[in-house]
Amino acid sequence: MNLLRCTDLVKTYLLGKLQLDVLHGLNLHVDKGEYVAIMGPSGSGKSTLMNILGCLDTPTSGSYILDGEPVAGMADSELADIRNRKIGFVFQTFNLLPRQSAQANVELPLIYAGIPAARRHELSLKVLEEVGLAKRAHHKPNELSGGERQRVAVARALINRPSLLLADEPTGNLDTKTGIEIMELFERLHDEGNTIVLVTHEDEIGARARRIVRLRDGRIESDQKTGSTSGAGVS
Amino acid sequence: MTIQSFGFFVDSFRMAVSSLWSSKMRSLLTTLGIVIGITTVIAIISVIEGLNTAFARELADIGDSNVLYIQKWHWTSDDWEITRKWKKISFKELEAIQEGSTLCDLVTPLVRTSRTVKYERNKLDDTLITGVGKNYQDMRQIHLSVGRFLSNVDITKNRDVAIVGWEVAEKLFEHDFPVGKRINVGGKSLRVVGVIEKRGDFFDMNLDRTVIMPIGSFLEKFGRHRSLTIMAQPNDKMRVNEAIDELRAILRRVRKVHFIKPDNFAINQVDALKELYDKLTQGLYGAMFGVAAISLLVGGIGIMNIMLVSVTERTREIGIRKAIGARRSDILFQFLTEAIILACIGGVIGILLGFGAAILVDAVSPVPAQVKWWSVLLGLGFSASVGVIFGLYPAWRAAIKNPIDCLSHE
Repeated sequence: MNLLRCTDLVKTYLLGKLQLDVLHGLNLHVDKGEYVAIMGPSGSGKSTLMNILGCLDTPTSGSYILDGEPVAGMADSELADIRNRKIGFVFQTFNLLPRQSAQANVELPLIYAGIPAARRHELSLKVLEEVGLAKRAHHKPNELSGGERQRVAVARALINRPSLLLADEPTGNLDTKTGIEIMELFERLHDEGNTIVLVTHEDEIGARARRIVRLRDGRIESDQKTGSTSGAGVS
Repeated sequence: MTIQSFGFFVDSFRMAVSSLWSSKMRSLLTTLGIVIGITTVIAIISVIEGLNTAFARELADIGDSNVLYIQKWHWTSDDWEITRKWKKISFKELEAIQEGSTLCDLVTPLVRTSRTVKYERNKLDDTLITGVGKNYQDMRQIHLSVGRFLSNVDITKNRDVAIVGWEVAEKLFEHDFPVGKRINVGGKSLRVVGVIEKRGDFFDMNLDRTVIMPIGSFLEKFGRHRSLTIMAQPNDKMRVNEAIDELRAILRRVRKVHFIKPDNFAINQVDALKELYDKLTQGLYGAMFGVAAISLLVGGIGIMNIMLVSVTERTREIGIRKAIGARRSDILFQFLTEAIILACIGGVIGILLGFGAAILVDAVSPVPAQVKWWSVLLGLGFSASVGVIFGLYPAWRAAIKNPIDCLSHE
């Protein structure tokens, strides 16, 4: 069964009188446990697709079913709930709250899920441990290195045990070595059974995924499995 | 809203405090308008409460508030130019009322003057000397700390006796026991038979600087050529107005007032004094309302302004929160909580300053002020309302922001 199924996805922006078609009837299926890289040049529609997949935006037409739930027509608060329960975001710019400790940042999704404080501390410490940052739990983002910040962000994305981990250029603000560390972390998360969709324009990063979907002008140009080491397969 | 539980409220509170703490100076300055508004409210409420208490005590001392005071002047108007030409109130009027009134059985005359009182080497200037008739004690609640009140025999026989106020006793006698001693009142000798309980101040009037003596003795010593006050107590509280009409008729007849001319005497009532007092406090409340409304408005706009700035500054934070699952209501609630806390900080400072002002006024001015603890709730209520009213728009602006735009905001 598909974890994620987009059918005839169309997204049109209106810029004044100008109608801008960004996605033209895009079809994409992703199974549970897959590790997919979405690639393409800028303007290809990958950010728009990413926003729709992450339930931050809704398509103009077409359907999007995530984990059995038809997301396309949902209201704002329902989308917030889906984002909270089913999606974990990792951003290029980390997007941590600067005044809060690493642990507080990781706990944030749990606040909106209504989890009591004691349980939040417990869970956040555990997931920080998973990304190897338990000792840095009380540090503020500006006291952490870029790689550490991104690992905090990954921990925050994981804390609600989401169905889908969405990463938007996760290594874009990191040096090569740290970038490789983060990619190794994704590798491990994939091995543990997480479904990962990664948006990137770097071939080296994309090549680490098990499947590469290339976009051009709002359509899928190619969709191929890579020769990367085995893992959760494609159905 | 599924998770607006108490726990979530605590989290919102915590988030709001940490965010306000990170810009302490700005937060504090923002609350200035609220501080001024709440200070005004608390200070004026304290003053009015102090006045109320003093006034209520005064009324209680006066005794039956239905007692009518027939005098040559009105208590509540400044028509001195007219009233000074009126004939004095004399014993003729008193007798006419005593004989003619069916609605007032208790009637007594009263005269007042101001004299220096001496005992041995001690003296007290500007002491209020009151000459009273029979029935006076029945109409005024006077409590003695030692000795006795003037007896009917003292009054009918015009004896040279007096009861003195607390301050008179204290200043003149120091360590001596006053009862039985002779004091010198404006050159005349009187024997003290009792001391009135301490009553304190009413505005700048010292109620303890007083001497009460028989009216006959008073007139002999200080001169007969003065206008009387006649106190008359209506028998039936429900028929005060009828009693007034009856007294007017008697007085107009005995003073031969032509039927087309207005009264040439005044019938004063404590109730009328109360009306005057109410007018005064209403004026104070009005002033308070004006100052408080303007400063709370200014304070509210300040809060709205700073919250709008804060929403813009934290656009990215809003985007992050929305991306990880915050609903519009969560964002709204978070910013609203901040605005309310900000306003309440101003409120708390205002309450403290207001109490400080009240205590100061009470200490250094003749105006009594009384700190009331319920005004704390009022102050907090006002400031929280300002927070809600003026925080709503910025919070709403934050809540409806598009998460994608927020996340790309630099």
